[in-house]
Amino acid sequence: MSRILFPFNGGVHPDGHKEASNAAPIRAMPLLPRYVVPLRQHIGAPARPLVRAGERVARGQMIGAAEGYVSTAAHAPTSGSVLAVQPRAVPHPSGLFDLCVVIEADGEDRAVESQPLDWRNLDASALRNRIRDLGLAGLGGAVFPSYIKLNPGAQAIHTLILNGAECEPWITCDDRLMRERAAEIVLGAEIMRHALGCASVLFGIEDNKPEALAALRAAVPADMEVVSVPTLYPSGGGKQLTYLLTGLETPTGGRSTDLGIQVFNVGTAYSLYRAVYLGEPMLSRVVTVTGHVAAPGNFETRIGTPLADLLAAAGGALPGAVGEIIGGPMMGFDLLDRVAPVTKSVNCLLVKDPRLFPARPAALPCIRCGACARACPADLQPFEMYWYSRAKDFGKAQSYDLFDCIECGCCAYVCPSHIPLVDFFRYAKSEIWERERDKREADQARRRHEFKEFRLEREKKEKAEKFAKAAEKQKAGAEAADPEEARKKAILQAALERARLAKEGVTPKNTDNLPAAVEKEIAEIDARRAQAETRAETRAETRPESGESRP
Amino acid sequence: MITAILVMAGIGLVLGGVLGWASIRYRVEDDPLVEKIDAILPQTQCGQCGFPGCKPYAEAIAKGEADINQCPPGGNEGVKRLAELLGVEPKPLGAGMEPKPKAVAVIDENTCIGCTLCIQACPVDAIVGAAKQMHSIIAEQCTGCELCLPPCPVDCISMRVIREDVATWKWRYPVHMMKRAA
Repeated sequence: MSRILFPFNGGVHPDGHKEASNAAPIRAMPLLPRYVVPLRQHIGAPARPLVRAGERVARGQMIGAAEGYVSTAAHAPTSGSVLAVQPRAVPHPSGLFDLCVVIEADGEDRAVESQPLDWRNLDASALRNRIRDLGLAGLGGAVFPSYIKLNPGAQAIHTLILNGAECEPWITCDDRLMRERAAEIVLGAEIMRHALGCASVLFGIEDNKPEALAALRAAVPADMEVVSVPTLYPSGGGKQLTYLLTGLETPTGGRSTDLGIQVFNVGTAYSLYRAVYLGEPMLSRVVTVTGHVAAPGNFETRIGTPLADLLAAAGGALPGAVGEIIGGPMMGFDLLDRVAPVTKSVNCLLVKDPRLFPARPAALPCIRCGACARACPADLQPFEMYWYSRAKDFGKAQSYDLFDCIECGCCAYVCPSHIPLVDFFRYAKSEIWERERDKREADQARRRHEFKEFRLEREKKEKAEKFAKAAEKQKAGAEAADPEEARKKAILQAALERARLAKEGVTPKNTDNLPAAVEKEIAEIDARRAQAETRAETRAETRPESGESRP
Repeated sequence: MITAILVMAGIGLVLGGVLGWASIRYRVEDDPLVEKIDAILPQTQCGQCGFPGCKPYAEAIAKGEADINQCPPGGNEGVKRLAELLGVEPKPLGAGMEPKPKAVAVIDENTCIGCTLCIQACPVDAIVGAAKQMHSIIAEQCTGCELCLPPCPVDCISMRVIREDVATWKWRYPVHMMKRAA
């Protein structure tokens, strides 16, 4: 109570409209005939489908396994059969389809056997892997896989912050959850504290939720603290709440873990309690349905529930509704297709009416008033980032710390010229991301191309060397080859030699068949020649001797 | 007066010597401009510019032998960045060089006869296979250069355009009405 708060700069006070949906207790959705479970509900790689069309599944059965490090599992929300594994409409601003598992409920709602986890004695890594396989992801909006956040890693975590600020207008799902299930949230926080090995646990709740504050204060043990923070949008932003409670500023491009602080949403703590104490995967979440509907309120909704069915459970949209927003009015996006299902990231379905959600007035030129910079809770200069984003000068936009923008919408909210600043920042961010992706791909292609050229060159050299070696071997090491070869060669050589000798032996003479007189003459000549040769030889033999004996 | 001239001449000689020594000692071997140009090029190695790869094209641009608008995969955006780097006016892509949407090659594995001709043609070794064995393309490493299409004797390779999905989707440039100022 006596904790000193550190107010962040900026922020706005939009109308809360919390009372529209926070009066009634959380209602359970009836079992539906069909569920559509997207395999990409979290940040990171989509889950790998484990089932095929026609297979029977039970409630809580894993239908998608975590693929890669930043990923988590998906589970069947009820028992039934898999109708299809195919791309379907998902709640995404693009309206694009994504891979989903469509499950036809059999009405039995039969569950797989689940085992509570012995979290105090389980090895930390084993506990995290179980949490990953139970599909836990942050319910605060970023849907980051929880098992990664529960790994303290190299950085020692000293403080755990449970985020129950719920600063976005209209949304009351965390409010109702804290009022009704405070004890379970505290048990979840205990598990988080155990996994992270941190001493201090703080609950940050905006002071426009006195019932939730009271309920949690009654539930927490003495070593946890429930802090009431002033109502100011966006105090529920992770970095803003961290600063508010501890006075520590998250560095540019960093995370709160760099400061030794980990932040979880209270809804995640509740899901962690269910996962660990009941062994139940993340099968449902509380979703606020509010705005221009007959019976606004909060619904315990199974993941995969088509939004049209959720809307029907709240009595349907009232006449004159002009579309729906997923999330709140500050950070949410327009729903393009009502068949899209509830995912782990959907915290609110807000039905618009023309009175409270008039069409955005036409934008006027920026008048350099600086209102956006004063409202920015991240201490940025939105007008600078806007000019450069609009001019597609992304490098300059980035140099104004575009990526520290949390897209809270305060700048667009206060802009007297009604410029949709956040739309420009989102545009610039996704363009920069694409460039970085292209750059990575180009670098990979360059490396592979250079390697191929190097490989071809090497192969050419190797081939030339091989030929040179072979020629040398043929020349030099013929007989050094194996004895069999040598023997054969010797035989061949011998045969050749014999043939040569034989040839010499039968040197043909043109003196065959000559008359007797001619033969006699030849014989005489031969005899004379022989005589002459012997004479010459004896001369040649004696001469050198006399020459040598000469003094 | 003489002293001043001598001192100035001496300083000049010493500094000139230092600069001369530094220019030899710290000589940059590669042409840094080629590297900079090559960094902008998309590395598809497709040869549509008329050079056998991105690096040769970069070298030709650096020497002034090639124009900056010969790279269709880089698109007008690439031409713009080259123009910025080289300090020249950007120009539209050359005639008949419309940028195509990003695509990857796909082998119809039932038709492939395993001739290895595409493997030899692939500039980034993105095709796996052996003689008389089925070939397959590693989609993540394919640059979409289309160089494997002509050598295939059975025409079993086709290009498949990469469609954007939820992960690669981009926020569009905000279209917002500007009120007419008076």
